[in-house]
Amino acid sequence: MGESKEGMMGNPDISPSVSTDMRASVAKRAENVRARANWMRRRLLKMIVDAKQGHPGGDLSSADIVASLYFDILRVNPKDPAAPDRDRFVLSKGHCTGALYTALAGAGFFPEEELDTYLKPESRLNGHPNRAYLPGVETNTGPLGHGLPVGVGVAVAGQIDNADYRVFVLTGDGELQEGSMWEAAMFAGHRGLGNLTVIVDCNRLQQGATTEDTNSLEPLGDKWRAFGWDVVEVDGHDHAALLAVFDASAEPRDKPRVIIANTFKGQGVSFMRDQVGWHHGVPNPEQYAQALAELDAEMSK
Amino acid sequence: MSAAVSAPSGMFDCRDAYVGALEELARNDNRIVAVVNDSVGSSKLGKFRELFPNRLVNVGIAEQNMVSVGAGLANGGKIPFVSGASCFLTARAMEQIKADCAYSEQNVKLCGISSGVAYGELGATHHSIEDIAWLRAIDKLTVIVPSDPWETAEAIKAAAAFDGPVFIRISRMPVPALARPEGAAFAIGKAETLREGGDVAIIANGTLVHRALDAAAALEAEGIAARVVNMATVSPLDVDVVAAAAATGAIVTAEEALAAGGLGGAVAEYCAENHPVRVKRIGFPGFLPTGSASWLMERFGLTADGIAAAARDLVKGKG
Repeated sequence: MGESKEGMMGNPDISPSVSTDMRASVAKRAENVRARANWMRRRLLKMIVDAKQGHPGGDLSSADIVASLYFDILRVNPKDPAAPDRDRFVLSKGHCTGALYTALAGAGFFPEEELDTYLKPESRLNGHPNRAYLPGVETNTGPLGHGLPVGVGVAVAGQIDNADYRVFVLTGDGELQEGSMWEAAMFAGHRGLGNLTVIVDCNRLQQGATTEDTNSLEPLGDKWRAFGWDVVEVDGHDHAALLAVFDASAEPRDKPRVIIANTFKGQGVSFMRDQVGWHHGVPNPEQYAQALAELDAEMSK
Repeated sequence: MSAAVSAPSGMFDCRDAYVGALEELARNDNRIVAVVNDSVGSSKLGKFRELFPNRLVNVGIAEQNMVSVGAGLANGGKIPFVSGASCFLTARAMEQIKADCAYSEQNVKLCGISSGVAYGELGATHHSIEDIAWLRAIDKLTVIVPSDPWETAEAIKAAAAFDGPVFIRISRMPVPALARPEGAAFAIGKAETLREGGDVAIIANGTLVHRALDAAAALEAEGIAARVVNMATVSPLDVDVVAAAAATGAIVTAEEALAAGGLGGAVAEYCAENHPVRVKRIGFPGFLPTGSASWLMERFGLTADGIAAAARDLVKGKG
């Protein structure tokens, strides 16, 4: 997957210029990612409705990021999920399994029908990902503040070996209130882990309120810069922009990079969008029908 | 039991055996890395750093990150030995040990240095006497408490060869090298019977094993035949050896740790359910007063005399 690596030059923050050819190519790739993300959204809502529980808000805010990675960027092979030179993706916000499992199934790591077992007894699709259950899961997350430090460890291994693989970690923004994230961020900056890319799913909402009302994160970019990171901001629902940023992040660098992806919790479903109440929750039949209708309409645009 | 091979005399710091084994492993296997929290000195890894500068990862004073980075290194194909003061490694990073190492079944080796009451006068914040009880409760985590330099080195090598998370508790309290039978071998999960005896069984580990042997020698002079079992692996427990010990009708456990929850807890749980027998647990009661390591061991009866007294009481109680 994701052989396409043409990449744009430099930091999109600084030099957004892209050639016309590359732009066309990114647009085509973005259309593929858009369709995949739309499918993920419909499929994960069905999982949540069937399971009668889940975290739709964060699943939907992260779906475009996760789709961009699994359906374009990551060099992973479902037939050889433990290949030593694979790219790593770590879901640090481990509760967003709706997004992860649909992406893994869509990418061929396990049969799509198995998505119907989500959260059911003995299912491999636990509420939080488990690497012993499912191929393609790198580490068991769930408690916040774990995925980034583990990802940093993988990146250190890659640095020691001068390996080609890249490490991607998706964090929540509320998750950045965990101190362990900053232990890891400090160390990644110290080691100059250019093989590490962190994406912050910055939907500005945590479980009970906005991040800014709870324990404010801003100025978030400055915090990362102070820890020795490159910082890039992007619209986390703009597939072409996401791909361009990921392509640019593949250029050799001697700093870890954080992509602050501005997103909306519940993106794609009007009544969930930007609503703190949909952190957990299950749509009723009418809401589910409306959500599917909206997603169908979005796809046919 | 076959004739014991004489052991080198004197007292030893098991950290030396630990780093010697680690250097030997690292020479032969470039997957071996050490991960430390500013603890190069206390873990005696200065020479390792000179020999393998690229394979010593110092995360600074950040134990949670140290353990998670270890798990990530394992994901990247390394065999990390994560090494720090046991009190901080375990308590500060407990969720990382649980989630990133044990639950994630990552091939991480956790080395708890200066465990037990080694930091005596520094107080309960720096004592690591709860560690065995805490770690024993975590599924899929092997817990080893070696007794002397030979066993420390063997445990490190066995942990490196074992695919899975392992905690090895390393003492800095001086211990003698134990005399062992010809051909003795260390195996994870296998207890070692160092002395036979049918009146009472003393099950010990770590720094209490040589004290248990001294206790057994004293008891022999009184006509009491005490078996001495070195239960280096606390989890998984060698239940066959515990069952055989229960058949003596009296068990004393001894460890440089809380009396509750650790080796004593493991033995008592198993016996209560399977082989009811009188058990006396020797260990610490809780937060300890100010005092040196040796004073604390004396004060709370973690001595040959304390073990012998407990054994004597149990044997008398058998009627």
